[in-house]
Amino acid sequence: MRGSEMYHYRMRRLVDGLMRVLVWLALVVALIPLFSILGEVFSKGAPHLNMDVLISPMPTVGEQGGGIGNAIQGTLITIFLASIIGVPLGVLSGIFLSEYGEFKLSSAVRFFNDVLSGFPSIVIGIFSYTIIVTSIGFSVMAAAFALAIIMIPIITRTTEEALKIVPLTVREAALALGISRWKTLIYIVIRGAKRGIATGILLAIARVAGESAPILITMGYWRWWFSGLNKPVANLALNIYLFAVSPFDNWRNLAWLSALTLTAMILMINVVMRIFTKEKYI
Amino acid sequence: MKDFREKLRGDYLLFLLTGASASSVFIIIGLIVYKLIEGSWLSIQRFGIGFLIGTEWDPAISQNFGALPLISGTLVTSGIALLIGVPISLGVGLVLSEYMPRQLSFATSFVIELLAAIPSVIYGLWGIFTLAPFLRDNVYPYLQALLGFTPLFSGPIYGGGVLTAGIILAIMIIPTISSISRDVFSAVPNSQREAVISLGATRWETVKIVMSYARSGVIGAVLLGLGRAVGETMAVTMVIGNRFQVFPSSLFDAWYTLAAIIANEFTEATYDLYLSALIEVGLVLFLFTLMINILARIIILRALGPMRGIARE
Repeated sequence: MRGSEMYHYRMRRLVDGLMRVLVWLALVVALIPLFSILGEVFSKGAPHLNMDVLISPMPTVGEQGGGIGNAIQGTLITIFLASIIGVPLGVLSGIFLSEYGEFKLSSAVRFFNDVLSGFPSIVIGIFSYTIIVTSIGFSVMAAAFALAIIMIPIITRTTEEALKIVPLTVREAALALGISRWKTLIYIVIRGAKRGIATGILLAIARVAGESAPILITMGYWRWWFSGLNKPVANLALNIYLFAVSPFDNWRNLAWLSALTLTAMILMINVVMRIFTKEKYI
Repeated sequence: MKDFREKLRGDYLLFLLTGASASSVFIIIGLIVYKLIEGSWLSIQRFGIGFLIGTEWDPAISQNFGALPLISGTLVTSGIALLIGVPISLGVGLVLSEYMPRQLSFATSFVIELLAAIPSVIYGLWGIFTLAPFLRDNVYPYLQALLGFTPLFSGPIYGGGVLTAGIILAIMIIPTISSISRDVFSAVPNSQREAVISLGATRWETVKIVMSYARSGVIGAVLLGLGRAVGETMAVTMVIGNRFQVFPSSLFDAWYTLAAIIANEFTEATYDLYLSALIEVGLVLFLFTLMINILARIIILRALGPMRGIARE
């Protein structure tokens, strides 16, 4: 090779090596916040973890002790109510998309489902406010309604994907035996996709468990235990916000403890989900 | 014959039930649009287009509401998030699809996607107590020493503020952009890579071809990340400082965003016009994200073509 060619070749090798270092560096930089968050939440939350804290209600201003018992109760109730609306609607929509995918309507539903899943959760909170809070007031119903709307597109998509994994030949075999379409679906296809659908529902639950913006708009803060569907309940994620911006050490400790509880729950669901399916969280 | 008819009835019922559920998404989106417009009607009537260009937000005395500073605050923080987040996300996407062995890539993608699973409010908590103090003590002073001659990096350093909000948003959009761009890169046919390699190209030169092939998909992924950044609420409101002003004095100063003001003031809105103005802020936010999302989805669907379903969020 002539000198100039040699120089050119070296430059190309150099750029190649440099870019290789840069892309790997990007991966390292992206992972640092994750490990920092997990480390901080664990190291600042774990020391305050005990049975008492998990069952006592939120402390008042200046009060020592107290806990996140009512927030755990409230979060579970809200998620349960949201699931009553969101799970059937989501699963049925998913069935429609997978079994009647040939209709024009299906691609429109799929598209708008994706668009709905991109709406900011606070906008969905305002929507629930205008529909429910204006008629029955700040309440767990309004919060559950907002969370249900956030759940629907997630469950729809995961159900569709889960049902599509069941091979077409299974459906054809059943139909060839003269079994009607709905019986094929309910007794055969869904049975095969059970695990996928269940993990999709769990995924949606993990997502809404961490929502705080729509909770703030539809319920606000509540220091007490559950006291009726037309009243608010306490909420773990929202408590983190309230506690974090407070000046009291006791409350800040509870913020980290709530964060630990929430993160543990969400990570557990995600890891379990990943073991069972190849579905993505995002 | 009777059996057959019963069979059909069941099928018909199944079709109706699932079809009705699936169509509910149109009703939900339609109702959201209607209710947001209805709720902000008072403010729309009172301020008209002036709401979008007004720079005053005074619920106490003049009762004038204008959202321009909120819009610019949202755009600037999201812009910073893209500036920082996009190069990192593309790097991650490339590592996952081009540089890593397949099995390791699956495991790493999962870990990256865990970032998306962490709730916004926990990002905020971490932002207040870990990220902001770290930036205040270890990054911003040097940034100021280096670039302090420009107005962007002068002025007092609090820890929170515009730049911190942008950084936290960047972290939050990395999983979205990197996981979709990985899918888009992986969808580039191997023949493209092989052709370039056979001409004697280095790995990076091959990657450049892959990137140009995947360009539109990457744009879609970035738009989706932008949509997430624009609508992000709790993490931003916890670090940005929440001050309504036309321009912050520097990137270290406090500011406000559309989503943050709703979270902060919604439950304190004491009269109808105030509430209506906040709902209109929600409407503006909604229209922003709607446009961004529709555009992103169309671009991604086009880019992936037959591989639909992969990049759906």
